[in-house]
Amino acid sequence: MNLLQDIIDTGLATLTDILPIAVIIFGFRLLVLRQPIAGLGRILAGFAYVLVGLTLFLVGLQEALFPVGRAMAQQLTAHAIAGGGTLHGRTTYLWIYLFAAAIGFSTTIAEPALIAVAIKARQVSAGAIDAWGLRIAVAIGVALGITLGVFRIITGTPLHWYIITGYTIVIIQSMFAPRTIIALAYDSGGVTTSTVTVPLVTALGLGLAGSIPGRSPLLDGFGLVAFASLFPIMSVMAYAQLGSWWVRRGQFKHDEQT
Amino acid sequence: MSLRRLTGSLLSSTRDLLPIVLVVAFFQIVVIRQPLPEFGRIVTGFLLVIVGLMLFVRGLEQGLFPIGESLAWAFARRGNLALLLIFAFALGFGTTIAEPALTAIANEAATVAAEDGVINHEEKAMQDYAIGLRITVAVSVGCAILIGVLRIIRGWPILYLIIGGYLGVIVMTLFAPPEIIGIAYDSGGVTTSTITVPLVTALGVGLADSIRGRNPMIDGFGLIAFASLTPMIFVMAYGMVTG
Repeated sequence: MNLLQDIIDTGLATLTDILPIAVIIFGFRLLVLRQPIAGLGRILAGFAYVLVGLTLFLVGLQEALFPVGRAMAQQLTAHAIAGGGTLHGRTTYLWIYLFAAAIGFSTTIAEPALIAVAIKARQVSAGAIDAWGLRIAVAIGVALGITLGVFRIITGTPLHWYIITGYTIVIIQSMFAPRTIIALAYDSGGVTTSTVTVPLVTALGLGLAGSIPGRSPLLDGFGLVAFASLFPIMSVMAYAQLGSWWVRRGQFKHDEQT
Repeated sequence: MSLRRLTGSLLSSTRDLLPIVLVVAFFQIVVIRQPLPEFGRIVTGFLLVIVGLMLFVRGLEQGLFPIGESLAWAFARRGNLALLLIFAFALGFGTTIAEPALTAIANEAATVAAEDGVINHEEKAMQDYAIGLRITVAVSVGCAILIGVLRIIRGWPILYLIIGGYLGVIVMTLFAPPEIIGIAYDSGGVTTSTITVPLVTALGVGLADSIRGRNPMIDGFGLIAFASLTPMIFVMAYGMVTG
């Protein structure tokens, strides 16, 4: 019955998360704007789906993914020191980088907020932006970002130099990327880091900073999330740039043939 | 829901989760080389995640998207800018102040501050510091949504606002106390929760849709971007003021 208790607890927590939002929305709609809501029953049912869905999702993550993922992050990082840098005779740092990239990519694919934005982007662009293409572009960005963030923790270099360089690249890229993608690219930086990604990535960061001599978990353990929000902006713009380049190239070939 | 649609959405949720399952399995078998503890519990957990994700996506399309869009149209019909801006601020502030991820990071930050001697190492001081930080972040998200909504209405290009924001972050980084920087950067990422994102996105796209001359693709997105940017600036300012 432990599971049932978990579901009830998480359900209540999710409810307190939804409640302020619902109060603001319905309050403004009914009391300030004084307009009835068309299809209210259907929308309330939708909120109920969100509540139940998110609850089960979170309980499932706590049951299945978080304990295993955290244990893996700890074991991998602890071995880096205890095993003198090797695990089963291989270089552990290589495994840590691989783990960082794989965890970044796979948790981003499952991130519900990103699924939402991808669905919306497909609707708004009338299918020109492929929901899967966007999600994979974001996931590649998160994977690269977390890998570089782990490199930063291992080498102990200051966070802000990476972030400032990243911003500079983003600004230069924005000047050349198709206009329609820019706002969406900026948004995808913020959505990647929520329910699934943050707990695992934080565990990885704190585990690493805790097991490498000379690193403080509190000073060096943070910052991975910042990397995970910065790199998708670049990868989504790159995805759009590649896409438009591909289209132009196709047209060029087509023109040559005719 | 028809059986066909049900299996369809179950399949797509399974596909969303498959990469994680593969990654965990690979590292367990190849690197850790130990059998998974409590295998049954893990399988149950993943089944819950799949069903949960399926329901969430359904709720998204039936609840969060439609209400966000219809709100945008309702505000456009009403035509009262001040009212819309108040709503934008309230939405940003209200959804952030109760955010569990933010509470966690604020408490963590209070511990760091106490250990560094920025504030007194006692329960009361740490609690005040954490609450102050939460209010700071919530105000910053409120401002972000407000500015973002104003941008959609006026049609300002997002690039200049973002460049301005980045410059703000860089300048603040040069002056902020080092202990606060990592926390400030991370606080940008935690503010946008799974429920806020679809709602705010639908609101932005709906607003751009309802105003003549705005392109939903160019003008509608971008609210989330502001909500991840302003907390960094505000939190570093908080670190400077309290430090």
